[in-house]
Amino acid sequence: MALLEVRNLGISFGGLRAVDGFEIEIKKGQLYGLIGPNGAGKTTVFNLLTGVYKPDDGKIELDGKNITGARTIDINKAGIARTFQNIRLFKDLSVLDNVKVGLHNLYSYSTLSGIFRLPAYFKVEKEMNEKAMELLKVFDLDKEAEVLASNLPYGKQRKLEIARALATNPKLLLLDEPAAGMNPNETIELMDTIRFVRDQFDMTILLIEHDMKLVSGICEELTVLNFGQVLAKGKTAEVLNDPQVIKAYLGE
Amino acid sequence: MKKQINLTKATKSTLITVGMVVVAYVILQILVGAGALSSLMKGLLVPLCIYAIMAVSLNLTVGILGELSLGHAGFMCVGAFTSAFFSLCFKETMAAGPRFLLAIIIGGAAAALSGLLIGIPVLRLKGDYLAIVTLAFGEIIKNIINVLYVGRDEAGFHFSMKDAFSMNMASDGQVLINGAQGITGTPNDSNFTIGAILLVLTLIIVLNLIHSRPGRAIMAIRDNRIAAESVGINITQFKLLAFSISAGLAGIGGVLYAHNLSILQAQPKNFGYNMSIMILVYVVLGGIGNIRGSVIASVILVLLPELMRQLNDYRMLIYSVVLIGMMIFNWSPKAKEFREKYSFKRLIAKKTEKEEA
Ligand SMILES: Nc1ncnc2c1ncn2[C@@H]1O[C@H](COP(=O)(O)OP(=O)(O)O)[C@@H](O)[C@H]1O
Ligand SMILES: [Mg+2]
Repeated sequence: MALLEVRNLGISFGGLRAVDGFEIEIKKGQLYGLIGPNGAGKTTVFNLLTGVYKPDDGKIELDGKNITGARTIDINKAGIARTFQNIRLFKDLSVLDNVKVGLHNLYSYSTLSGIFRLPAYFKVEKEMNEKAMELLKVFDLDKEAEVLASNLPYGKQRKLEIARALATNPKLLLLDEPAAGMNPNETIELMDTIRFVRDQFDMTILLIEHDMKLVSGICEELTVLNFGQVLAKGKTAEVLNDPQVIKAYLGE
Repeated sequence: MKKQINLTKATKSTLITVGMVVVAYVILQILVGAGALSSLMKGLLVPLCIYAIMAVSLNLTVGILGELSLGHAGFMCVGAFTSAFFSLCFKETMAAGPRFLLAIIIGGAAAALSGLLIGIPVLRLKGDYLAIVTLAFGEIIKNIINVLYVGRDEAGFHFSMKDAFSMNMASDGQVLINGAQGITGTPNDSNFTIGAILLVLTLIIVLNLIHSRPGRAIMAIRDNRIAAESVGINITQFKLLAFSISAGLAGIGGVLYAHNLSILQAQPKNFGYNMSIMILVYVVLGGIGNIRGSVIASVILVLLPELMRQLNDYRMLIYSVVLIGMMIFNWSPKAKEFREKYSFKRLIAKKTEKEEA
């Protein structure tokens, strides 16, 4: 059974049909790519999957559970976490605290324990710190734990967003243009990190990307979106050689 | 290793802030004991605590939650009148200690509840509606109290929104809240020691909240609402939490205020928007989100006009220069750099900072 199964998903903004009849099936452990020209509707698909927008039609199932139209926070609790095309960090919080916010629903103590520093506070905070540092190490951010998120260089901000999303312990990780704005070296490093995350955390990953080198390098399957509709889907090599796909990209 | 540093760093910063207040308290008490303070200065000790509590609590809404409130004095007003009413009712029948303790709880709870009631409809909306609604709330509360009459005789409590006479009380009935004349005869339970204790309590509540799980959620919402939702933070829940605590602490400021006077009236100058704006000025000048700064700014700005009384005409001039100076100190990037370089935090955590650089 597929981990994510989307049928006939659609949304309109005024007269614009941004996503229409979108379908995707992602199996557990897959590294899946969503590509397409600018304005094709890729980010809108992410916003639909995470409940930022409510779909006009269609159905979204995660792990057999219908999450169509659910609230963003419930979708996150159900197991979808994401990053954003325009980085959205908690800029005035430290790197460590950004990840700890991601751990919010996995570690808990009462507000009173926090305010009056009861034993539960110290116990749970210690666990949270350990878990957060562990995640930061994966992304080589542990030395910057105390730095404000906004003071990180661009490439590291993208990594921190991934770490924060992973902190919520998702089943499915959505990455929206993770390599945007990175230089070729950083991109190669990022590819390794994404592969590492998939293997280490047993993660299923759906990523939007423009960089064809990255896409062909790490994605096993692709879906191509054009004007809100699925243009092609299948094995990466086959899709990238599809004349229709080539035309959509060249015709951009 | 790092996590250890992190825990103690926040705790140290809290201890420094609280320590500052305690040291200031001790010094002032010694001065009072030595008779070195003028009666005018002595009269300012409780107000100092009140304004500092108001500024710290408003900073929780403005700086930590990132919402603008223009009616903070309204919550102070709710705390003041509910607690004064309670204390007056039990003036003869309860000992001062437990009565004041209950008054603090009642005033704080009533203000927190009104914050919650305002927050439930308003904080769910996306956008800056809180400013306008709190502004209206502050004015409405003040106006309601000015036409509220409550009295008591053997038959029980009597209410009116018209005048004292329409309450139809027995001739020996006692008027408790007398419209625009307010509440007269509230026991004078406030003093500098209790004020300092309540300020310390306020600081501990706010600072510990900030450095704990709910506080991080609140600041995450402030920094990026969409991202906070994406990691499963319940936006409404934590906005309401922050706003009610902020309102409740303002209520406690009101309790101190009410029990420091024998006549409590709701006037524009104490509970109007002028007061709300003045407290907002303390918050802005002390640094938005900077809790210690709020205490320092309110102390300086309350004391300054009094200390300069003999300078007469130059008073307001110097006052404005100080305002501008504080503004620059807190907000210019150069000054920020300088402060970060020489801050307590930096000196304590020298090692970590070096690694960052
Ligand atoms: N909230 C919105 N309101 C109106 N139009 C939108 C909104 N979000 C996206 N769109 C439109 O939907 C189309 C797809 O956008 P997007 O999903 O961001 O494209 P992509 O991520 O593939 O570059 C664009 O034409 C965009 O202008
Ligand atoms: Mg996009």
